[in-house]
Amino acid sequence: MKLDDLAHQTGEWMRGNGPESDIVMSSRVRLARNLADFPFVRKCSDKDRAAIAAAVRRAVDSLPLAADTEYIDVSKLGDLDRQFLMERQLISHELSEAEGARAVILDPHERFSIMVNEEDHLRLQVMQSGFDLETAWHRMNELDDLLESKLVYAYTKKLGYLTACPTNVGTGLRISVMLHLPALVATKQIDKVFRAFSKINVAVRGLFGEGSQFMGDLYQVSNQMTLGKSEESIMQRVSEVIPQLIEYERKAREFLVNENRDDLHDHVSRALGILCTAKKISSEETMHYLSKVRMGVNLGLIESVEIPTVNKLFIHTQPAHLQKLCGQKLSVSARNTERANYLHQHLIDPSEPTDPQRN
Amino acid sequence: MKCQHCEKTATFHITELTSPEGPAILHLCEEHARNFFNQDGPTHPATALTNMLAKQLKLDKVAEDLAVVDKKTCPMCGITFAEFRKGGRLGCPYDYIAFEDDLEPLLINIHGGTTHLGKVPHNSSGSPERQLRLKELKEEMKDAIQKEQYEQAGKLRDRISAVEQGESLESETSPDALPDDDFQAEPPDAQAET
Repeated sequence: MKLDDLAHQTGEWMRGNGPESDIVMSSRVRLARNLADFPFVRKCSDKDRAAIAAAVRRAVDSLPLAADTEYIDVSKLGDLDRQFLMERQLISHELSEAEGARAVILDPHERFSIMVNEEDHLRLQVMQSGFDLETAWHRMNELDDLLESKLVYAYTKKLGYLTACPTNVGTGLRISVMLHLPALVATKQIDKVFRAFSKINVAVRGLFGEGSQFMGDLYQVSNQMTLGKSEESIMQRVSEVIPQLIEYERKAREFLVNENRDDLHDHVSRALGILCTAKKISSEETMHYLSKVRMGVNLGLIESVEIPTVNKLFIHTQPAHLQKLCGQKLSVSARNTERANYLHQHLIDPSEPTDPQRN
Repeated sequence: MKCQHCEKTATFHITELTSPEGPAILHLCEEHARNFFNQDGPTHPATALTNMLAKQLKLDKVAEDLAVVDKKTCPMCGITFAEFRKGGRLGCPYDYIAFEDDLEPLLINIHGGTTHLGKVPHNSSGSPERQLRLKELKEEMKDAIQKEQYEQAGKLRDRISAVEQGESLESETSPDALPDDDFQAEPPDAQAET
């Protein structure tokens, strides 16, 4: 598997199906783990970092994973490749910008990635399209068990899995559900909803996380506590909150339709119009209008576009993806032109294959 | 609505929940929103943590106490509590033991609990106490070799491999195990035998 091939395929979380996928983009589960025999990354020597990467690589190589599971040495990647993996949510900003030996292990279908020498020695991540935490956790638990049979993790009975930051200690588990909430944003209710959620210790953050510039009414809901609760109960906690958010978003969409269907129809159609006809467009502007189009499609106001296409465009119009797809480095201005071309091709070209299972 | 920092329209309405003072609401244009997300600002977990720590320590302790806590050093990795407080990241697993009392209020604050209830690894020998014991034993062995106390070094080497093989630390304190002092008490001619 080459990174360039990855650019053309649709990763797990971009598939745009799975439960509640009109609102829930993806379910993610992450575990933080550290090898017992080394200090945490900030205190690691270059030798330590290299030894950790080698130990993880040996362990992964001996596991019954898919044959084309790829070990990628991130320290050897150029800026464009690192940004590309970041846009795809396969590595973090921190891993991309760190120094020294570091790596990512990639499942060919992008259902999991393992970052090595990020904030913790290991950051395991499992992705699932739509709202499906149970499957995600099940797969994560299996992956963790496999790795654990080959590696000794820093652990105490009292505090559980020990992590570089005390915010992750215990289970090391972070569950994140990414939601598309355009109607809550449009009706200005989003702040109110977040305030209500902060009281029950569930974090809601815009976009894709720190250091990222991904936009488009996308929000991540995740647990804050990792210690003192079992993995199942942490998952339960987040699982209970999501249906409420989905319900609020649906009501807000309903309100927008009832209030003035024609205005809404006009609004989302204009967004599509701009995306189809612009000659130069920035990625922020693209995200902004794609978000409206996505809502329009889900409400049945736009029929010429499919949801998987919109999801794909969210990612493919990001700067590094665009450059990967056209096979060359482009200046900001050239990218804006290329992005407009790309949108034009994929939004109005009738030869674009469509998914018959569209909802 | 206008951006809080300029005249452009605010297209980003960000609710910041990580600050200990409660939710903060920001209205920003695209450009300022991007700066906001790219900075190591309050959204960054490590920054949020150091803020929380600073606030908590100020509440709990007077300045002199704080200075004492700050000087505490981990015997395993050498990080001071002050270094942790500034960066928000620990230096090694043993820090959880070295700074146990000082971390506990923080853990309660973040997690509400202090006892792990989740998964238990099949191999739970990766305890920080064990790592520290190994480090100590290795240093003792190095020391013994330098002093040409080879028999002692040999015993330490066996001890190290036993701990590495997963022998529990408890067996060290049992009566049949050799405490360190015994080595010191050995008569000089014992070395001649090796």
